[in-house]
Amino acid sequence: MTQSGLVIDRDRPDIEAASIASPRQIEVGERDARIALRGQLGKLERESSAIVANGFPYISPAAMPELPGDPAGGPCLLTLAELERIRDHLAGRVQDLRRLAKRRVEHERRARELLDGMKLEPGRYKFVRLPVRDLGEGGCGVWEVRPRLGLIGMLAGWWHVKLSSGCPLSGGPRSLRGPGRIPQ
Amino acid sequence: MSPDPSFAGREGRAGVEPELPELELGWRARELEQDLPELRLMIAQARVARPGSLTARSPPGIEDRLRELSNRFRGARAVTVRREPVPAAYRVFFRQIGLDPDVVRTPIEAVALERMLRGGFLSSGLLEDILLIALVDTGVPVWALDAEAVNGPLGIRSSGEGEPLGRSAGAPALPAGRLVVADASTALASLFGELASGHEAKAGTGRLTLFAIQVAGVPSLYVEQALWTCRTALEAP
Repeated sequence: MTQSGLVIDRDRPDIEAASIASPRQIEVGERDARIALRGQLGKLERESSAIVANGFPYISPAAMPELPGDPAGGPCLLTLAELERIRDHLAGRVQDLRRLAKRRVEHERRARELLDGMKLEPGRYKFVRLPVRDLGEGGCGVWEVRPRLGLIGMLAGWWHVKLSSGCPLSGGPRSLRGPGRIPQ
Repeated sequence: MSPDPSFAGREGRAGVEPELPELELGWRARELEQDLPELRLMIAQARVARPGSLTARSPPGIEDRLRELSNRFRGARAVTVRREPVPAAYRVFFRQIGLDPDVVRTPIEAVALERMLRGGFLSSGLLEDILLIALVDTGVPVWALDAEAVNGPLGIRSSGEGEPLGRSAGAPALPAGRLVVADASTALASLFGELASGHEAKAGTGRLTLFAIQVAGVPSLYVEQALWTCRTALEAP
């Protein structure tokens, strides 16, 4: 048989011998394949964990589709086919997580550009609000373009960027009547 | 449990408390040795020296330790714990044996979630507290069996079809191929799962068989540390 200049003689005895593997060889080959697949599962799992930990709380594994089979079915030695199926689904899940992480990075980049613009030319971004969460920071702060001195600044075109003070107090707002209590 | 031969030899001396053996390595079924060569079962025997019940309230020292661990284990760590080497190794192993760690949580992630939901590591009895401290300290889960209810050396194997989990009358039947921790005759626990009914330590148990599962990526030192933490806490008067 000739194909692209390569001659393959199917009647050669050594090829024939090589194609007939003993059950022992098949067993060893399958075991090696299972070990390789377990290694791949480990790599994918570590990558998935890293993406979730870095992207928390914006990326959650709960939003991902469940893996095949009964995930709570119980621990067992998986066959080659089962390992392949899990590897394929986990690879798909990691792809989805990577996509989410990429989208998130892009979102934060755009938010940073917006903040830079707000700081450079506040007049162009009147009353624009940008939560610090969009920048990938924790807390409840919000960057906002506001007029200086209220109505006067609005009429005069005096705009500036302010960062709100953060998350509300756990005990609610402080009473406006009189000074706050000094903790004992 | 049929005692270790060296243990039985020392037991005969009148008036001398028999010394418990050091940490032992459990046996593994042949297919596990070949497929999961780094899977190990480490076992320690412990004699309960603390007065009172194993399920009773923990002494102040142990409750203080739990409080200290609660303060150290905060929300940020609960999120990133899956990236730490030992918890990550258990996550990987869960995947390799067909468990989804996002559905069936690894022991350390389960307690991290509990910590967040309950606001701290709350005390739930002496033995539970000691096992929890070892888990949070090392990332390695430890289980405790009543040593009197263990028959022969412990090991890991796959279950047979319909094999009962434990020796009690109403023991649930296991499907074929489930990985279990077993003694010479019976499956006593599903791997990383609940202990069989009737084999767990009870309030008045005097001797415990502690075991921990080591997987690829978990240094032996951590497993030994987890077992020693439990053993020394139980044996402290």
